[in-house]
Amino acid sequence: MWRDALLIARRDLTIELRSKVGLWQILPFGLLALFLFAFALGPRTDLLEAAAPGLFWLAVLFSSILAAQRSLNIEGSPATREANRLLGLDPAGVFLGKVVAMVVELLVLEVVLLVGIVLLFHVSVASWAFAAPALVLPAIGLSAAGVLYGSLAGGASTRSTLLPILVLPVEAPVLIAASKSLSRGLGATTPDAGRWLVLLCVFAAVYTVLGIALYGPLEES
Amino acid sequence: MAPAIRLRSAVALQGRFPVLSGVDLDLAAGQVLVVLGANGAGKTSLLRLLAGLVPLTSGEAEILGADLRSSSADVRRRVGLLGHDAGLHDELTPVENLRFALRASRLDHGRAEPALDRVGLSGRPSTTPLGRLSAGQRRRVGLALLVARRPQLWLLDEPHASLDEVTRSLVAEVVEEAAAGGAAVVASSHEPELAVPMADLVVTMAGGAVISSAPGGRGGGGDVA
Amino acid sequence: MRTALRKSIGPLSAVLVAVTAWLGLFVTPADKDQGDYVRLVYIHPAMAWVALYVAFGMAAVCSLLYLWKRTRSLRFDRLAAAAVEVGVVFTILTLITGSIWGRPTWGVWWTWDARLTSTAVLAVLFLGYLALRRVPAEAHVRARRSAVFALLAAVNVPIIHFSVIWWQTLHQGATVLNPNLSPTIHGIMAWTLLLSFIAFTLLFAWMVTVRYEIETLREDDHDADLAVAIAARKAEGAQP
Repeated sequence: MWRDALLIARRDLTIELRSKVGLWQILPFGLLALFLFAFALGPRTDLLEAAAPGLFWLAVLFSSILAAQRSLNIEGSPATREANRLLGLDPAGVFLGKVVAMVVELLVLEVVLLVGIVLLFHVSVASWAFAAPALVLPAIGLSAAGVLYGSLAGGASTRSTLLPILVLPVEAPVLIAASKSLSRGLGATTPDAGRWLVLLCVFAAVYTVLGIALYGPLEES
Repeated sequence: MAPAIRLRSAVALQGRFPVLSGVDLDLAAGQVLVVLGANGAGKTSLLRLLAGLVPLTSGEAEILGADLRSSSADVRRRVGLLGHDAGLHDELTPVENLRFALRASRLDHGRAEPALDRVGLSGRPSTTPLGRLSAGQRRRVGLALLVARRPQLWLLDEPHASLDEVTRSLVAEVVEEAAAGGAAVVASSHEPELAVPMADLVVTMAGGAVISSAPGGRGGGGDVA
Repeated sequence: MRTALRKSIGPLSAVLVAVTAWLGLFVTPADKDQGDYVRLVYIHPAMAWVALYVAFGMAAVCSLLYLWKRTRSLRFDRLAAAAVEVGVVFTILTLITGSIWGRPTWGVWWTWDARLTSTAVLAVLFLGYLALRRVPAEAHVRARRSAVFALLAAVNVPIIHFSVIWWQTLHQGATVLNPNLSPTIHGIMAWTLLLSFIAFTLLFAWMVTVRYEIETLREDDHDADLAVAIAARKAEGAQP
């Protein structure tokens, strides 16, 4: 499983580096979202500062939908899926590999957007002890859920419109928990920030395990 | 020795439509079978069934000594299918595509370059992303993948379609080599004049079933089981 | 016997709902604080019970039975689909009646209370399930996808529940289950409340049965076609 995971992660990242869809489409979309939020709320610094963690995660959440769609499009046409099935790859490994690649992409996106809110919304990281897990744990949860639900949503033709409605309600708790934890990392006095980190941990673990168990049966059609 | 293919009244559905309506077929290892028939006769579906990609709804199917119903995953690993779309990644180069596929099927990835050499794709084209190659070159990469993987059963879906003279004879050579090496080959075709000479056995399909069979023109062969 | 039982569910549930309405509107007294609005207690909790526990629980159990190899049958897939379809109706009615009740009690149509919010998220999950079922796919592929989605949703319910509770909470405790509030409900009110639960559960059972039967008839129709389809397909080849 791990061997296949590594192989798939490497392939996905190679393809991503070469096609630069993430760099030219997903990353700018995330940044654009930050600007749009600021336009919607008005240029009041105190308002933007208070809303920064939530807006940050909204931007990541929407971008992650694009990233998940992209990740499953790499799996490609039905012909490519079939060709890969003929290779005898372990589906659990394929799932894990895709999640690993997507986590890497989301982390890059988060770092860029974090710089974005630091510059645009005048926040600063007060506690890396909270900020770091608040960035990594949601990336794992969003990637696992994104790949799993993306596979549920069927072929590329239906996925683009179906995936958001399937996955966003499920990811709502991640949005809440990640915003709360990040606001603690940015220096706000959020009560029970530790509890939110636990919730993020549970979400990431549950979806990783379920994905490993269910990705195979779902792709087998 | 177990036959490479043994089908009895094989039925396969696509949705609710019976793409295969009861196929009987036998093929020994080392033999080449050509499947003729009009569009929609069920040729591609037959190949996909043999590859373990379409479930068998009723009837019997034994591929390479394994029951297709119970061990389709095992069958898939041992067959090679080349369709209209080779199912490769456009962003990766032919070498990367082949290495990925070889690693995924736990084979020596050093087989990639020699296989590309064999189909006449060495040098620059082999390190250009697949998306920038011509349709003919992409077909050659697909063929190279089969050469590299050395499956025991080759399934070629219209291998002659939209290829130039040189590539067509390359297909014939590679198929002959594979059969000589003990692999069974099934190729579908629209063009009997090209396909029949390379076959031991020629069958014609219509309405999702085999309606006639005849010996082909492969050198010395002709002994139909 | 079974047919008789199945046929009697519909009229029985209709009668019980009618009796509940009559008791709730004319026999039970108005509340001294909430006035006539308290009569919503005879529909809102019962609808919420059906939507959140009966429908969702049934969908989860049927999905599990479908995924379990030994009990795999498209019947469970159809039952799960019927439960969700009817469940969506009850969930939306729960939200609407809750909103009507909330307006005089809280002064607003909607409040970001934990149970309200998680019910809304659940409604969207239900809708997602139905959207997923509309994606054209082979029967077992669709059944598998739907069952997996339903189970994932079930796993998600506690996560959503806790996150929303921690996020914000205003709602009064569960009225019926809270022992502190039991003095406010007694006598004819309690009986009417109990009847409303039975009436709406039966109504749900009847609607699911009808939905399931329609779906079964549709499938049987297809099954009968299969032998014909194979013969027709073969005949294509016989023609010159």
